[in-house]
Amino acid sequence: MTDVIARLEPQSRAATRGLSDLSIRNLFIIPTIAFLIIFNVFPLLYSLWTSFTDFRASTTAPANWVGLANYRELLSDPFIWRNFTITAKYVLISVTGQVFVGFGLAMLLNRAIPLKGLITTLLLLPMMLSMAVVGLFWKLLYDPSFGIINYFLGLGKFEWLANPDVALYAVAIVDIWMWSPFVMLLSLAGLSAVPKHLYEAAEIDRAGPFYTFFRITLPLVAPILMIAIIFRTMEAFKTFDHAYILSSQPTTELIAIRLYKMAFLEWQTGLSSAFAYIVLIMVVAITNIYVKYLNKAKAR
Amino acid sequence: MKRRVLGMLASVACSALMAQAAAAQELTIFWAEWDPANYLQELVNEYEAETGVVVTVETTPWQDFQTKAFTEFNARGAAYDMIVGDSQWLGAASEGGHYVDLTDFFEEHDLGNVMAPATVKYYAEYPGNSGKYWAIPAEGDAVGWAYRKDWFEDPEEMKAFEEKYGYPLDVPESWAQMMDIAEFFHRPDEDRYGIAIYTDNSYDGLVMGIENALFSYGGNLGDYESYQVDGILNSPQNVAALEAYRKLYGFTPPGWSKTFFVENNQAITENLAAMSMNYFAFFPALVNPATNPNAENTGFFANPPGPGGAQFAALGGQGISIVSYSENIDESYAFLEWFIKDETQKRWAELGGYTASAKVLESDEFRSATPYNEAFYQTMFKVKDFWAVPEYAELLTAANQRLYPYVVGGEGTAQEALDALTADWIDTFKKYGRTN
Repeated sequence: MTDVIARLEPQSRAATRGLSDLSIRNLFIIPTIAFLIIFNVFPLLYSLWTSFTDFRASTTAPANWVGLANYRELLSDPFIWRNFTITAKYVLISVTGQVFVGFGLAMLLNRAIPLKGLITTLLLLPMMLSMAVVGLFWKLLYDPSFGIINYFLGLGKFEWLANPDVALYAVAIVDIWMWSPFVMLLSLAGLSAVPKHLYEAAEIDRAGPFYTFFRITLPLVAPILMIAIIFRTMEAFKTFDHAYILSSQPTTELIAIRLYKMAFLEWQTGLSSAFAYIVLIMVVAITNIYVKYLNKAKAR
Repeated sequence: MKRRVLGMLASVACSALMAQAAAAQELTIFWAEWDPANYLQELVNEYEAETGVVVTVETTPWQDFQTKAFTEFNARGAAYDMIVGDSQWLGAASEGGHYVDLTDFFEEHDLGNVMAPATVKYYAEYPGNSGKYWAIPAEGDAVGWAYRKDWFEDPEEMKAFEEKYGYPLDVPESWAQMMDIAEFFHRPDEDRYGIAIYTDNSYDGLVMGIENALFSYGGNLGDYESYQVDGILNSPQNVAALEAYRKLYGFTPPGWSKTFFVENNQAITENLAAMSMNYFAFFPALVNPATNPNAENTGFFANPPGPGGAQFAALGGQGISIVSYSENIDESYAFLEWFIKDETQKRWAELGGYTASAKVLESDEFRSATPYNEAFYQTMFKVKDFWAVPEYAELLTAANQRLYPYVVGGEGTAQEALDALTADWIDTFKKYGRTN
């Protein structure tokens, strides 16, 4: 036995005195896997099973298998389609706005300006705030009687949140305000990574700013910008807090709000599980499309 | 050695028994966070002084109340021994097995006669007319109105009103008069508006608000025994009532699209509106000069009759139920026995709670105790409520989806909104096998 130990590498010899590498690895991995199974995999599978039943958590009645009935009911419900349409519109407005504002800010900050660090930090503040606080804060800003937005824009008693045609834009503006700094941060990282010699070469070739932007800046920043878009799209699909606080218009009832009501106010557990799976499938599909474009952008 | 072991066992057993006894000395009542819950805590402190049993009234904001209560029910949790739950929960909570059946207790103490009839019907009994009771009426409440006495009694305003409408300006005696008064005081240029009504569609605010018009216009939400809604929910009376509510919305302050009890009290405290709808339970803040600078000039009235003379109001308030997962059911019964005593109910009213005891409600002492108690007394004998079936939340969601766009957004007509809602409710009742 002593001979065997003597033939081992010094590290392995040390290991025989305490825990082996394998044991240490298992010590970290097993609890993590157990945690994932208990809190992620099991609920995921359980809710998938629930989505095929008429289960209601608020009753003692057993769950009955109903097959695809929940999915059929949801996909034939005009209100659910309205929720999807509203959400798609919201995601489009919100993410597009964040990309334009965030990337624009990054372009401005990607040059030598005084107090650049302080300005960048201040611009990052909105995304550090709680969503609920932001919702309440903007509700006051939008108030038709004493809200500062109407005062500055000279809109009198314009109703931002009560007007069904405007309410969704008002909610999206809040999201743009809050999350443009995130896009700005990622864009800044991308912009600072663009090699300077490319711009110098373009300048020598007398390329204009338009050409430089579309031929050098945008293609090189595109992969990181695409990552920002993926993150923000997924988050925008899940928007709940500030939309719930700001407005109760039917025109602002996003899928997350409808899902919450179905699951926790109406206690239609089976139906809401099916709804959650439909949303999951949609988000995964959209994300895959983005990832495909991301890979293309990287390849270029 | 044997003696030592026996001694140890005996002391362990004693400790266990003492722990059991100590546990029974504490009861927890769950309710929403509002003034009546504070009054209840004051009341139960007196129970502790009498019996040594510590009763804690645990509260949560109104927005979380339903979710938190049902999450605990669904988990079969014993965190709460009793709950002061909303009247429309009766079906879901009783059929779900979350509430203890209090029928025997109810009959033993003749509570059907001790409490005001409407409170028994809506806070305690499920299904309707079944004789099965799941709660003891605890906090009586209904919708009433606050108004600005100084605006109403201003000689110039009175003169101008009479010239315009042909009758004196006074507390409205009908919905038509209320409409006139709302229109008269609606002056956006002066930052003064006619009326404040409920419009929040997150839960039951908007629907409860509309119910005041519906019931007083002679309408109903359906037949609560046969589940028939066609011809009742979309009746001409209900169409007229919904049109009236939509018209009143036109006289509200700007941004009045998601308002409930907080905003409607603010309409009075911040000089925004001449009249404001609210549950009586929120009126104490309006007679308190610390919270209402217009306290001296605030008056109250009951929901006025509709065009046919019917006079009803939407029921608020709650009954107190024993949670079936409680580990202190016997102690909870003992507490309820104390709670229903005449002297306790009288004390409950003195502290500010709205007793449901018919005897206390009818007493001159109660009716003259506050500026709004008389209106409350009048209202509590003519209240109606929303469906208490287990699927009430789905009915409520459909109502919000159909009625809100019409009232606030002006989309479609009242008839279209009610016809669509009728179809939704018929589908829901079919889905749950209540109708064919």
